[in-house]
Formats: sequence, C-alpha cells, structure tokens
Amino acid sequence: MSADACGSCAVANLANLQRLGLQVEQGEVVVALTGNPNTGKSTVFNMLTGLRQHVGNWPGTTVTRAEGAYRSGGAVHRVVDLPGTYSLLSTSSDEDAARDFLLFGDPDVTVVVVDATRLERNLNLVLQVLQITDRVVVALNMMDEAARHGVRLDVRHLERELEVPVVPMSARRGEGVSELLEAIASTAAGTTVGRSRPLRLPASVAAAVDLLAGRLAMEFAGLSNVRWVALRLLEGDASITDALVDGRLGDLDAAMRCRKAS
Amino acid sequence: MEAHALLADVDRLRADLPPGFADDLVVAIYDEAEAIARASVDTDGLPARLVWDQRLDRLLTHRVGGFVAMGVLFYLVFWFTIAGAALPSDLLFEVLVEHGHPAIRSVFEGAGSPAWLTGVLVDGVYLGVAWVVAVMLPPMAIFFPLFTLLEDLGYLPRVAFNLDRLFAGAGAHGKQALTMMMGFGCNAAGVTATRIIDSPRERLIAIITNNFSICNGRWPTLILMGTIFLGTLVPAPLAGAVAAASVVLVACLGIVVSFVVASVLSRTVLRGETSVYTLELPPYRRPQVWRTIYTSVVDRTLKVLTRALVMAAPAGAVIWSISNVRIGGSSLAAHLAAALDPVGVVMGLNGIILLAYVVAIPANEIIIPTILMLTVSLGAGAHAQAGVMMDLSTAQAGAVLVGVGGWTVLTGVNLMLFTLLHHPCSTTVLTIGRETRSLKWTAVATVLPLALGFLVTAGTTGAARLFGVA
Repeated sequence: MSADACGSCAVANLANLQRLGLQVEQGEVVVALTGNPNTGKSTVFNMLTGLRQHVGNWPGTTVTRAEGAYRSGGAVHRVVDLPGTYSLLSTSSDEDAARDFLLFGDPDVTVVVVDATRLERNLNLVLQVLQITDRVVVALNMMDEAARHGVRLDVRHLERELEVPVVPMSARRGEGVSELLEAIASTAAGTTVGRSRPLRLPASVAAAVDLLAGRLAMEFAGLSNVRWVALRLLEGDASITDALVDGRLGDLDAAMRCRKAS
Repeated sequence: MEAHALLADVDRLRADLPPGFADDLVVAIYDEAEAIARASVDTDGLPARLVWDQRLDRLLTHRVGGFVAMGVLFYLVFWFTIAGAALPSDLLFEVLVEHGHPAIRSVFEGAGSPAWLTGVLVDGVYLGVAWVVAVMLPPMAIFFPLFTLLEDLGYLPRVAFNLDRLFAGAGAHGKQALTMMMGFGCNAAGVTATRIIDSPRERLIAIITNNFSICNGRWPTLILMGTIFLGTLVPAPLAGAVAAASVVLVACLGIVVSFVVASVLSRTVLRGETSVYTLELPPYRRPQVWRTIYTSVVDRTLKVLTRALVMAAPAGAVIWSISNVRIGGSSLAAHLAAALDPVGVVMGLNGIILLAYVVAIPANEIIIPTILMLTVSLGAGAHAQAGVMMDLSTAQAGAVLVGVGGWTVLTGVNLMLFTLLHHPCSTTVLTIGRETRSLKWTAVATVLPLALGFLVTAGTTGAARLFGVA
C-alpha cells in the first residue's frame, strides 16, 4: 500500500485531527452542522473542535449558532453548530437561524446529523436539505442506541437512495468521527459528488417555477439553487421574500460568483 | 426596484397555481422519507423502546405520580446540596477568612503598606472574594453536577410535559417549562433560551417570568437563610431536612408566582391564543457521570464563580470605601442605610439589606458577603473597624446577623422571599433588553418582581406583627 493511501485512511485522519477551538478567522472550508433537535449536533461539534458547547438530553439546548474550527488533511475547517430544526419551512427564531445559514451562509459542506433511532422523521429534513445543496454528508448518529433498541440500519441502501455519503457514528463515544472527517473532506474537495434531488412538481407548478427561475437566474447568475428559491417565493415564504427585498440574496449571488471565478 | 418587480411577478404566477400545492409538496417529501426509511430500517421484531423506559415514563409523567416524583427529586437534590456543602463551607471559611485574612493583613502591614491601601485591598477586595468562595463554591460544586445528571438523563422534557397543562392554563407556552429550568441555572441563559418559543406574545411572558426561577447566584442566599433561621428551629437531626424543605418551598413558590404572573399577563396586556407545539420526549440516556462532573465543575461552577469573583472584588472595594468615607461624623454607608431603613422596616428587612441589594446589582452572588460586611461595619461600631468584619471572634455568618445585625426569623424569611422576588441582576436586564428590543418590556421585567417583592414582604411582616409573632 502506498504512503498516500495510508495518509488518507480513516485512522490517520483521526490521528492528524488538530482541534482549533475558537480560532475561526482562518477558516477555509465552512462546515454547517444541522439536524433535528436533540440528535447530538453539539456533541459532534464538540468532538470535532475540542470546544465544550453545552450539550443536554433535551430538544432546544442550542438556540444560537456556535462556531469552532479544526484542521484535518492540511485544511482548516470552520464548523458552524446550528440550532436544531424539524424542517426548513418553519418559523421560530432559533430555527430561522439554522435555515438562514444553510441558505445564505453558503457552507461548503452541510452535515445533517440524524438520530438513527428515528430515521423516518429525520429523513424529512435530509430530503429538504438535499433540495438546496448537493454538498451534503449524513451523519447517522446514535448508532449505539439504535443497536441497543434492536434497530438495524442498511447504511449502503441509505447511501444509494440519498446519493450522498452516509456515516454511521456514535458521537458521544467518539465512534465514526474519523470517517466523518473523511466524508467532509472528500465532499469539500469535490472528489465525492452527491446529487441534489430534483424538485418533483406537478406540471402547472413546474411551469411557474421554471419561468421564475429563469428570471432569477438572469438577475442572480451566481445562485446555485434558483429553482428552490423560486418555489419558496411562490409558496409565499416570508424569510426568502425578505432576503430578496433587503438584498441578502444579491449579496449571496455576488459571493458565489466570486467563488466560481477563483 | 428590481426586487419589487420580481415580487409582483411572483404574485401574478401564484394566482394561477392550484390552491394547496405547497402542502402537496410537503406530503411528497414525507412519503419519500417513509419509503426510504422502510427499506433501510430493520427493527428485528424488538419493541422500539426498551420496557424500562416506558415504565419509568409511566411514573415520571403520571398525572399525580409525576408531580410527586418531581418534588422528591428536587428535594433530594437540595438536601444533598445543603448537607454536603455545610462542612466544606465551614472549612473554607476557617482557612480563607479566620486565618487567611489576618495573615495577609500582617504581610501588608509588615511591608509598610499605607492604611488605606491595606483597607481597600485586604479588608475590601480580599474579604469580599474570600466570602464569595466560602459561601458559594461548595453548594455550586454539588448542585451543578446533580442538576446536569438529571439533564443528561433526559428528565427535563418530562418536567416540561408535566407542567404543560398548567402553562396552557396560564395562557403561556408549554416550552416555557424548559426556559424556566434554564433559569434555575442562570436567568440570563433562561431569557436567551426563550428563543425556542415561536410566538412573540408567549415569548415575552416567558422572559418576564424567568426571573422567578431562582438562579445559582441566589441559591446560596436561600440555603444560608434556611440553615441559619429555619433549620435551627427544630432539633439538630432534622435541621438539614427542614432547611432543604424551606429552600424547595421558596423555589416552588417561584413557580407558582410564574404561573400567576403569566395568567395575569395573558389575560390583560398580553392576550392571545396559546400555541400548539410538539415536544419530543427523548429516550432516557445513561449519563456519563465522570464527564458530567468534570464539565459541570469546570464549565459551570468555575464560570459562575469567576463571575462572582470579578463582581465581588470591586464590590468589596466599594463597600470598604463607602464605609470609610465620612460625612458629618458617620460614614457614607451609614447615611445610605439610614435613608433606606424606613422602607426596609416596612418590608421586615433593614436598610443595610436594601443597600446591599443596590451595591450588588451586578450579581446576586455577592449579596450575602455584602450584607455581612455592611452589617459588621455599621452595626457594631464598638468592636469592628469600619468595613471589616473579621476582627470578630464569632465571625460565623449566623452569629453576625443575629448578634450584630439584630436579625430575627422574620428577617430571614423575608430575605428568602425577597431573594425570590426582586429585580434581575444587571446581566439579565441587559439580556432582556437585547432579546425584547423594547425599553418598555425591559422595564416591566425589572420593576414587576421588585414591586411584588415589596408587597409580599410587607404583607408577611404586617401579618407577623398583627399576630404578635414578631
């Protein structure tokens, strides 16, 4: 086996993990942590950054976003821990914080932390996130608990269905962290390319979305998910409408063009 | 404006779409999630949750049993805290105050330090800090890990579940139970935690009533008062149990006040619908005991202690200074305390206690040290230097308050009530300002508890005097 293969294997990843705590200013790769409430996002965050965000066994422990960083594989990763949310369509101010960051913070990789014992409900959010971005890693957390409850998960099947990396882990035991690091790195580098899920729309809605998406694409050429934005506007989403009016959508567009040019 | 033209287009397009198309899209996502999950999950025929989980929930969320269990659990937490903190507190007091203070004083005097410098640094700053450590560190180091263990176990959402019906009855949001629990640690954190409540009306209620959760800066005051004034009313073997019961009683009173204030607000100025919400009861998880103890000591206890020390040091200097600046024969502190005394007497307290609450606005943690230092310097001119208390041989807190300050059981009880019902600390007030972005509501949240405190203590005092108890 070549030295290169060793260097990129999972065990080496963990050995080379350098927790950078709060040094976020030098961030290169932006990693967003999202997921349903009480799935262990902050535990994953603490595992990656070496910080000690308050974690607790109840939904709503994190209400503001926390940031930290780690270095792995030569790249500095800035990790953003978001409040838990059941859906991207929803409303409370902690959930808004999560959604706005996914939409307008333009993370390089979005890690959706999923409670393996409650897969079906958690998948709703995964599917919604996949409508926005294809740079997604699913962290299938609490595998130890799933095993204890006699729940077995077919990770390969899940990966095939979702078409993004799925990493089984148990964050509070530190299991699966190195595999998560690897999945994040390869997704950020573009060596693993996920597929965002096309919006399946009835014909009349599709026509309206296409029309609007066309206009949006002319206006904001850098925006990668114009069809999703178009759909949200048609549904009358207040937060997206605000973003359009107050110019945040335009700013995001400018940032994305910059990134594509470089 | 380009954006507005775009929005006009959006409105036009939307008019042609079938109604409810958005709902259909959500349903499609749910169907897809269900299909994927069905194909990926194999439950092996085992029940989804272990049997003991369900049994535990049947007890802890029982209509009656749930409340009994809640009372027993919290009572045990405080009993452990009070019983366990007594010995280390005495030890710390002996080391830091009885021996440490004269030792450091003699070092300063030996080095030829001027009297005012020794006064400010040793009698002011050092003593203030030493008192805070002795009074606060032991109870916090026991209380925080115990509370965090309950939190890690997954008990808090069960409390929210139990209290939900009561909150709904009071016109408040059920998730307020969670922010209330956060408030038992720190009110500023509790106020920030109200972001989990969607409705602005219910969030405001949760913010205003959060102060009725006793924060960790106030527990030591309650514990001390319960121990000195109520524990001593019964035979020694029962003292700890009675003291713990009195603390739990005040905490429960706080919850009752929360409900009453929430009801009144939601029936008057903050009228509106009660929102429907989902509350997940997470599975019980075995707490990671050592990690919990480590993080709750390092992160919470030391953080709170640091904050207390940062506040105590300047407060100590302020107390020494106002006790030593003389205007017309008596100190500034004496003038201020005398001015506040009439109000204090009506409330069954005294001017010194009220002055301490003014000095200690930055942090509730330093109330007791401040009261002690002021009591000694003002109350016993004969045997104490101005601003210093440690020259007394009987320097234990109880002896000082009863012997020098002339406190009675009524004073102790009223201080416990006032500990529950007074303005939030300055950090919390600033947090309320930031979260509500409203001067009006910040003012309400600040003044309302103070007004309640005045009414309640004046009420108990009046009643006690009427019946000749005090």
